[in-house]
Amino acid sequence: MATVTETLVNPGVRAGRKPGAKPFGPLRILAFVILLLLAVGWLLPFLWAIATAFKTETDAASGEPTWIGATGPTTEAFTAILSQGNVYLWALNSLWTAAAVTVLTVAISALAAYAFSRLDFRGRRWLFVVVIAAIVVPPQALIIPLFYQMLVFNLVDTHWGLILPQIVAPAMVFILKKFFDQVPIELEDAARVDGANRFRVFWSIVLPLSRPILASVAIFVFIGAWNNFLWPFLVISDTTLMTLPVGLQTVISAYGVQYAQVMAQAVLAALPLIVVFLIFQKQIVKGVATTGFGGT
Amino acid sequence: MSAITDNARTRTIVTGAALDREVHAGTRRGEQLVGWAFLAPFLVAFVLFLVWPVVHGLYLSFTDQSLTGAGGAFIGFANYAEALADPIMWRSIGNTLWFTVASTIPLVLIALLMAVLVDRGIPGQWLWRLSFFMPFLLASTVISQIWVWIFNPQIGAANAILEAFGLEPLAWLQNPDTNMNAIIIATVWWTVGFNFLLYLAALQNIPAQQYEAASLDGAGPLRQLWSITLPQLAPVTVLIVMLQILASLKLFDQAYQMLGGVASDTTRSIVQYMYEAGFVGYRFGYSAAISYVFFALIIVIGVAQALITRRRKEQ
Repeated sequence: MATVTETLVNPGVRAGRKPGAKPFGPLRILAFVILLLLAVGWLLPFLWAIATAFKTETDAASGEPTWIGATGPTTEAFTAILSQGNVYLWALNSLWTAAAVTVLTVAISALAAYAFSRLDFRGRRWLFVVVIAAIVVPPQALIIPLFYQMLVFNLVDTHWGLILPQIVAPAMVFILKKFFDQVPIELEDAARVDGANRFRVFWSIVLPLSRPILASVAIFVFIGAWNNFLWPFLVISDTTLMTLPVGLQTVISAYGVQYAQVMAQAVLAALPLIVVFLIFQKQIVKGVATTGFGGT
Repeated sequence: MSAITDNARTRTIVTGAALDREVHAGTRRGEQLVGWAFLAPFLVAFVLFLVWPVVHGLYLSFTDQSLTGAGGAFIGFANYAEALADPIMWRSIGNTLWFTVASTIPLVLIALLMAVLVDRGIPGQWLWRLSFFMPFLLASTVISQIWVWIFNPQIGAANAILEAFGLEPLAWLQNPDTNMNAIIIATVWWTVGFNFLLYLAALQNIPAQQYEAASLDGAGPLRQLWSITLPQLAPVTVLIVMLQILASLKLFDQAYQMLGGVASDTTRSIVQYMYEAGFVGYRFGYSAAISYVFFALIIVIGVAQALITRRRKEQ
């Protein structure tokens, strides 16, 4: 696992080293051209959305396939969106609920994973099998009983109703347990001989050693929670409590024909995650490798 | 993991166990409690928000419970009988299966192509990774907005491209013959980056010596791709196909949003039908029954995949 992720985050080291690939061989040029075409295909929709966001509504609706509208670039679509006020609130709601889901998920998963990895108690084995088996349960299949449960607990239309059902992540427990299994046990033993209790060992030795995997898991949980649509869409109907994806969806249904504004919203909503990606690129790439191989 | 670390690990486990016996002889009971204490927060959440909904959902599927709180009487298999005779449910299963097949194939092949090309060591790794993976980070709302705009019949880029190639413009999302294809195209663009990164990780794990040896034997790049790269990627391909099928079966967000929340016979997925029955039709019991049909579908396909994979391995 470690080797997979380490080579992955530093592919530049291998660049050009693949034998049989001459620096300027015809196959390499062909590969470059195909890659370039693919990259253009993948970037174009997004660049087109950005370009449209900077047009006036008239230019956006004109259908002229130009990058810059006849009236020139303008930020009026962004101003219009931001003056509606709710966008800031939705972004804040998204930030706080996704952060809460992340902290709670990582905390309870790490504790459970450590128990499954290192602690000896009766029922450990079969309980682990039950948790792992739960990975196959699609969250979408639980919307009815979960919604019912939120009605009973009086949590419909609250942020806790949105957060709590998202914190159970058996796959993350599995990934963290696999990592803890590989932490050298001597370090823990030394601390225990010195009289540290299990929690102290976990907190001051195991967790600091696990920082990279915790970061990968946390970023993955955060992105999932930030982008989640179905559950927040069902459980929140109060406009002031909505997250960004759900809030924007309601605005689009209401003013669907203002193309420049719709694209400005898309760009604004995408921006935080693009910043997250640029900052945490290594951990995200690593996270895909580990969580993917972990069998999420 | 190398043999040296393996040895170290065996040794440390032994000393760890010995230490447990020495230091904690007589504190077995304490150890039990510590284990459960670490597990407790997760276990509470797990039982409340996963086990209980699974069990309660099954119970609800045998009742006529409504979202408004009315009903709730036990009605046996009536919901299941109704679902199995419901043409809309079968249609939504058909749509879901079609989407799964039609999205999984390009999502695996294009990801493989991208990863193999990037792994050839072409400069600009950062740019390729960013271009292919970035859409995966976007919320379904955002990708739906972008693609509704692209598929707009009057002013969208999709028709501009068709016209540039001298083809007839299409009414993409408005036409039942093409709306699912539009959703598939948007989905491939949105999610291929995840599979691409999985393939890239696996490719970069193939030992360089194998290529060097093949190179000495006179094997060219294409021969190496065919005889080394692709066979070595078989296990990760099985994993990617499996993950992708399970992900595609859960279709809802983009299909629902790209059509503006309107139900269409050709794009309604099983999750969407579950949503419509429960939250539009207010029939919780019936919706729960459909979710169990969906659940059964996932398990059947999962088991089938596992059996096929195992048979492959035995051969």
